[in-house]
Amino acid sequence: MPSLTSFLFVLVVVLDLLVLASSRLRGAIRTVALQGALLSPLPVLLATGAHQTIHVIALALGALVVKGLVIPGMMLRAMREASIARELEPIVGFVPSLVAGAIGVVAAFTLSGALPLPIAERHALLVPTALATVWTGLLLVVTRRKAVAQVLGFVVLENGVFVFGLLLSDFMPVMVEAGVLLDLFAAVFVMGIVMFQINREFSSLDTRRLSSLRD
Amino acid sequence: MIPALVIAAVVLTASSGLLGLPLRRWPARAQRLSSAALCLGALVGVTGAVLALRAPTPPALALPWAAPGGTFSLRLDGLSALFLLPVLVVPSLGSIYGLAYYPQARHGARAIRLQIFYGLVTGAMALVVTAANAILFLAAWEVMALSGYFLVVTEHEDAEVRRAGFVYLASAHAGNLALFALFLLLGQVAGSLDFGAMAGLPAHGGVAAAIFLLALGGFGLKAGMLPLHFWLPGAHAAAPTHVSALMSGVLLKTGIYGLLRVTGFFEAPPAAWGTVMLAGGAVSAVLGVAFALAQHDVKRLLAYHSVENIGIIAMGIGLALLGRARGDPALVLLGIGGAVLHVVNHATFKALLFLGAGAVVHATGTREIDRLGGVARAMPRTAALFLVGAAAICGLPPLNGFASEWLVYLGSLRTALDVGAAPHPHFAVLGAPVLAFVGGLAAACFAKVFGAIFLGQGRSPLAANAHEAPGAMLAPMLVLAAICVVIGLAPGAVLPWLARAAAHWSGLPAEALAGPAAEAGASATRVSGVAAALVGLVVALAAFRRRRLPAPQPRAETWGCAYARPTARMQYTASSFAEMLVVRFGWAFFPRARVVPPQGIFPRRASFEASVPDTVLDVGVAPAASFLARLAARARSPLLGSVQLQALLLVSGLVALLLWLALGGSPT
Repeated sequence: MPSLTSFLFVLVVVLDLLVLASSRLRGAIRTVALQGALLSPLPVLLATGAHQTIHVIALALGALVVKGLVIPGMMLRAMREASIARELEPIVGFVPSLVAGAIGVVAAFTLSGALPLPIAERHALLVPTALATVWTGLLLVVTRRKAVAQVLGFVVLENGVFVFGLLLSDFMPVMVEAGVLLDLFAAVFVMGIVMFQINREFSSLDTRRLSSLRD
Repeated sequence: MIPALVIAAVVLTASSGLLGLPLRRWPARAQRLSSAALCLGALVGVTGAVLALRAPTPPALALPWAAPGGTFSLRLDGLSALFLLPVLVVPSLGSIYGLAYYPQARHGARAIRLQIFYGLVTGAMALVVTAANAILFLAAWEVMALSGYFLVVTEHEDAEVRRAGFVYLASAHAGNLALFALFLLLGQVAGSLDFGAMAGLPAHGGVAAAIFLLALGGFGLKAGMLPLHFWLPGAHAAAPTHVSALMSGVLLKTGIYGLLRVTGFFEAPPAAWGTVMLAGGAVSAVLGVAFALAQHDVKRLLAYHSVENIGIIAMGIGLALLGRARGDPALVLLGIGGAVLHVVNHATFKALLFLGAGAVVHATGTREIDRLGGVARAMPRTAALFLVGAAAICGLPPLNGFASEWLVYLGSLRTALDVGAAPHPHFAVLGAPVLAFVGGLAAACFAKVFGAIFLGQGRSPLAANAHEAPGAMLAPMLVLAAICVVIGLAPGAVLPWLARAAAHWSGLPAEALAGPAAEAGASATRVSGVAAALVGLVVALAAFRRRRLPAPQPRAETWGCAYARPTARMQYTASSFAEMLVVRFGWAFFPRARVVPPQGIFPRRASFEASVPDTVLDVGVAPAASFLARLAARARSPLLGSVQLQALLLVSGLVALLLWLALGGSPT
């Protein structure tokens, strides 16, 4: 089992880089969906005897459905309905963002050992993976122009937070975990409405145009 | 047992508005149910408070609570119990009054919302005055402030009401900010956020001074002490009358409670604190009543009288602080006794006055004093009850306003004596003439109000169509008037309770305070007794004269000035009556007048309009705020508006934090 878990973590990091490199929106959404699906068995794999089995399985299934199906489905649908073009329109090019992502991964692996964590680590790769994924998400939010790409970045960031949450799942009550998923759901929902509105007002989903809203 | 009663009272009152919700189809029944629940809750709570005042030690309760630093702990010492009485009684009477004044049958959803927040604010206030943990206190305080906002904006269609609501909300939040800082500092000094751990802190050094100033700012803003009173007149005028009665009568007093609670934590407060409170209170009292004199709107006028009375209460607190600085138990008792008794008294007579004014507004549809007149003929009972309240607020014996002001007078005079250790603040004796001056101005002001509204002839058709208030409005006023008379006639009966509050506040032994308490009570009772005898004599003579007079007397205009055909418009107006005094305060007021003088031998049009804006709000705070808003709008650059840049700033912050943690910083 430990080898499978490590394999999953490495795969998640590789998918981070893949999202950064992809120029097609649809492909990027599918990659994020795959990442979410890969994350979902982790609660089961990392479970210790202290956990309630039902709780862990419910969490895994919930993550699979929300991260792997619902959110990507909603985003694909938003793309279809708001007829968003397929290009990602980066502010920073794909190669530089890939490099930045790689730097982030390296930094995450080196820094994670030095971080003062209050709890013993579950798995050697858990904290670096979480940090790298959060970094990727933030990078996407900052360097992509389209509103839908920012939602994507937010989803990746949330995946990272989810991984980090596994570290604390002994302490985290169900409420907090449900809150993580719900929070995300709400965010996608709101962004969906916002995207729809921006599209209607400006016939475009370019967030730069939002600045004309002020005053 | 006693804390359980208080918790039951909090739960019942806070949920009373919601109880009526299922009965929405029978509005009258729903409103009666909410009001009954509120009254029942108040009854339970008052029982608890009275039992707590008789218990040998202050009853307390502490339950664990999930909030960080918080415990659900209540404590009913003398101070809390005495504050709990008006906090529960006034709103319950107000809700009965609301049955007739703001019937759900006519106002629908708006009345339901009002009742929900009316109950909520009552429960929150009860929790504020009994909480013994800073987190619980702040949580209750926040609920109280927000419910107050929703009560103020009940009639939100009116732009004036929305502005008043906004000013209230902004000032409430500014005050809350100060309170958060205050309790964080206190928690740091005491090592715990429980009030029990905060007792007996040393009062010297910068931190203690900062705590005192923050308390003065945060609680002063809620209480409405003078430069911080600016939210108060607008909010009181905008809210429905029974809400104004609640806000002026008890909501302001939570600020006083907070000031007393925080100053009570310190071992030996320096004389400077007392001096600041005394001076601030004196300024508040004089200018509050002067502003009141200049008002045309009866509810704004009453609101400014709250500023005046808060000033008198602050003077009492100042005297008590001076008493502690020089170790004089009698001065502590007189100061705290005067302040706390005045809190209770002001809650009763101000609520009575607001309810009386509301009855007039209800009957005539106007708050403008100058459009009323002669209302006493249509509303004799309201007029009589209003007169009781007016006499009480002027501090006339044998009513309750006299009893509390008497204690403050005695306290001021006592500072002239060299009792106890140094310092001897002899200047504080000036508090007595200040009080006398304030009392005189208040009497002039209520002569104006009562004369212009109830006496003379109606100045507009509105006044002529007045009708007597229904029983549901008169009954609460009658109860309040009865409380005014009872406390006024027997002030000695409440002095042991005041002595208990003073002992718990100052940490002095109860025996040291019992002697001065008995003495002060006896003197107040003597003066009240003489005054009551005189009042009785006058009433008897009047009744005798009435019986001796032949039947109907001719009716003429008041101040007819021997004109052959006087009209009601020739009467003195409220503004002209007050003008003589108002001009003396021109330096503080910035009065605005628009005069079109009569010209020629046969003048055609002439008009006179005068208004007195609130100096602090309209000349100070509002222009400053709009200037800041303009500045902020200019500072916003288009670059900062981009989503990506904001996210980048966030990321840089996070990365910096991560690096700092990883490279040797500690998370604590």
